[in-house]
Amino acid sequence: MATELQSRAQPSPLPAAAAGGIVVENVSRAYRGSRGEAVPALADVSVRAARGELVAVVGPSGCGKTTLLELVCRLQSPDSGWIASAPAALMAQRDMLLPWFDAVENAALALRIAGHPRSRARERASALFGELGLEGFQRARPSELSGGMRQRVAFLRTLLSGKEVLCLDEPFGALDAITRGEMQQWLARALQREPRTVLLVTHDVEEAALLADRLVVLSGRPGRVTAELEADIPRPRSATDAAVLALRQRALRSLALSARAEGALA
Amino acid sequence: MIRARAARALPPTLLLCALLGAWELYVQASQTSAFVLPAPHSVAAALWDNAGLLAGNLAPTAIEVGLGIAAALVLGFVLAVGVHLSPLLRRAVYPLAVGSQAVPIAVIAPLLVFWWGFGIVPKLAVIVLICFFPVLVTTVDGLMASDPEQLKLLRTLDASRWQAFRFAELPAALPAAISGARIALTIAVIGAYIAESQTATTSGHPGLGREINADLTALQTPRAYAAAFVLFAFAIACFYSLALAERWLAPWAAHPRERGAGA
Ligand SMILES: Nc1ncnc2c1ncn2[C@@H]1O[C@H](COP(=O)(O)OP(=O)(O)OP(=O)(O)O)[C@@H](O)[C@H]1O
Ligand SMILES: [Mg+2]
Repeated sequence: MATELQSRAQPSPLPAAAAGGIVVENVSRAYRGSRGEAVPALADVSVRAARGELVAVVGPSGCGKTTLLELVCRLQSPDSGWIASAPAALMAQRDMLLPWFDAVENAALALRIAGHPRSRARERASALFGELGLEGFQRARPSELSGGMRQRVAFLRTLLSGKEVLCLDEPFGALDAITRGEMQQWLARALQREPRTVLLVTHDVEEAALLADRLVVLSGRPGRVTAELEADIPRPRSATDAAVLALRQRALRSLALSARAEGALA
Repeated sequence: MIRARAARALPPTLLLCALLGAWELYVQASQTSAFVLPAPHSVAAALWDNAGLLAGNLAPTAIEVGLGIAAALVLGFVLAVGVHLSPLLRRAVYPLAVGSQAVPIAVIAPLLVFWWGFGIVPKLAVIVLICFFPVLVTTVDGLMASDPEQLKLLRTLDASRWQAFRFAELPAALPAAISGARIALTIAVIGAYIAESQTATTSGHPGLGREINADLTALQTPRAYAAAFVLFAFAIACFYSLALAERWLAPWAAHPRERGAGA
């Protein structure tokens, strides 16, 4: 089911197109700077993710990736353009664990909000801790967890929201290479078991090539789509697959090209 | 453990001894009359001689402080939540609450007695009036200071207004509210003195505030000082018991560095 779109102009047939997925069409968004000047973050961006598809968004820092996710999650409204999406959960760039709850309680937050009794919610969340390498840390407070563990708890909280669309903002950014690899595998498997539509923001092009069905490359601020790369590579994938390596090269080239174009503009 | 505790009690004990010593020396050297400033040794003697009387008078004062502070905490907290959730209430209540702090108790004391007589109720009213305010201000600020990113998170998880309050705003505000409670508790002791001074009582043990006033009028200054010392010790005890409560209520806020209030 697609929720109501946020539009300023005429109604559009987008919700139907979004069913279970995401449609972002010609969206622009600018912030107000501290002196009242407009700071454009996204310019005329269109991104689509069909139901069950994982679309990775890569782009230089400050190009509006977080803004894009917040737009999809309805935490912001676009200045122009349309957005339609199935109900979406956001895993923010900062983990946003609540310091007054222990790890399980944080992971189970969505269940608590949905009205599940506390003990049942905790049980369900706790059962998944092992798979994420968090066994034994159920009762730890966020301040007692490492950055990578906190990210995994936040990730679990996002998954347990049960929403059809997941917006992941650099979910594995704080992890070491090995744990990141494990988490990527785990995410790939979890999505195979229980498909969701995912918008994955990452600065790691290899991660994008490993996980995504499609890669969207954004230019520097304000973000525009400079390339869309299909990742038609069979799963399970490995970082050393020729196709993954080739996709990674193409993505890097697009990023470099857009960076060069900006250099020329500046 | 016990050793560490003793070590921690050492600095304030030494400071107190030094201050008492200086006070004693000053009184001896300047020959100040005991009516104006009794020496610590005569205060100590008064404390010893009147232990029963002072203990008897501490009881009603302690009850006033306990009940008064409880009512003030509830009122301050409830008002703060109301003010936080309703902009209308904020505009209506806040200026009045601020103004209430400027009203001299002497002005309203006759009315309180007229309404509620010579018992404990008018005294509680005075303490509540004085003490709800720090709780109100700190709690409102704590509620306003909750992290907007956390509220965003709760919104994406479809939390209701009440759930956002319960899961994020309230726990975030708790440490500030407890700080307010500490201030309130400390001034509740002087509040009890004011309350007792301003409203008469018929009980045999009228409370430490009345005792102090009676002793000062009767030129029993050392006993007034002894009573004031009991108030002093009582305030310290209250303050530190609340610090213990804070660890239990808001353990996540426990400061990594030792604070003055760490009991
Ligand atoms: N609240 C705000 N007020 C003003 N400007 C903002 C605000 N939030 C973001 N911006 C600006 O909008 C641009 C896009 O921000 P955004 O956080 O979406 O970037 P990003 O691609 O997620 O960056 P990063 O990779 O570093 O996380 C940035 O240049 C930033 O300066
Ligand atoms: Mg970002």
